[in-house]
Amino acid sequence: MRKPEPVQVIKTRRDAALRRLVQSVPYIQYLGVQFDRRGDELTAVLPYREDLIGNPLLPAIHGGVTAAFLEITSIIELTWSSQWSDMEEGKLNGDTLPPMPKTIDFTVDYLRTGLPRDAYARARVNRSGRRYASVHVEAWQDNHDRIFAQATGHFLMPPREDG
Amino acid sequence: MKAATDVAMTSKTDRTKLARQFIEAIPHSRALGMELEEIGEGIAIISMPYDERFVGNPSTGVIHGGAVSALMDTCGGAAVMSHPDAPVGTATIDLRIDYMRAATPGQRIRARAECYHVTRAVAFVRATALDDDDDNPVAAATGAFTFQRAKEA
Repeated sequence: MRKPEPVQVIKTRRDAALRRLVQSVPYIQYLGVQFDRRGDELTAVLPYREDLIGNPLLPAIHGGVTAAFLEITSIIELTWSSQWSDMEEGKLNGDTLPPMPKTIDFTVDYLRTGLPRDAYARARVNRSGRRYASVHVEAWQDNHDRIFAQATGHFLMPPREDG
Repeated sequence: MKAATDVAMTSKTDRTKLARQFIEAIPHSRALGMELEEIGEGIAIISMPYDERFVGNPSTGVIHGGAVSALMDTCGGAAVMSHPDAPVGTATIDLRIDYMRAATPGQRIRARAECYHVTRAVAFVRATALDDDDDNPVAAATGAFTFQRAKEA
């Protein structure tokens, strides 16, 4: 029986893997999207900024920002969940960037106005096969019960090295 | 007769001007460097420069789908605003984007959206995004937008 790893070692490894993933994408940095991690569960956070506005009269967050936020959340969740077991076994190579899935299509439902404040999102991988994956994602602001946008996307998975 | 034509011309010019103002007043579209190239009669063409800050895949330098979504959404909204029925406002109901190929790094992306049908409250839009290769679209989109008509006096 192996002694369990100290919790701090596990946390450091997981946080480093997530940071590497998120910081490698310039557009995620540009929008300022951050990820909170609780175990394997990720919550994306989009801190409000004035230049995210799409309708200055309301004011409301730009639909394109919402779409981008949902797509970023989906791709990170998909990459994160597919590298999870490799990461836990210490097989992740810290020097190379993880290969990213490619978006095939992405459909956004705008349910409510995106208000000028922080937004949150969580994605669920409904199916992840060898080549294709289907992901659903929901975003909310102050109140988790009042989702302001949701999306479904299909993704082409990067080829796995172990075939 | 001539007066009537003048009135029609003026209102068309006003609509175009209104639509242009509508787009140029969008902070996020400005932040992404979007430029309105053509607008009128329910058709809009808007382009966005290549920018390293918008890269989605660092190993290829390809622009993130999210930035293309923002361009498609803005262009769709602009097409709706320029419709001859002259809406006073619009918002996206849904937007589906098909990514047909990666946009070539370094090239400008140009979206063309057409508001091909409107009902009393809904506008239907089709759009395509192109880079320098005019024959192979980067992405295609279809969307439904709200169509807010001016209240009748």
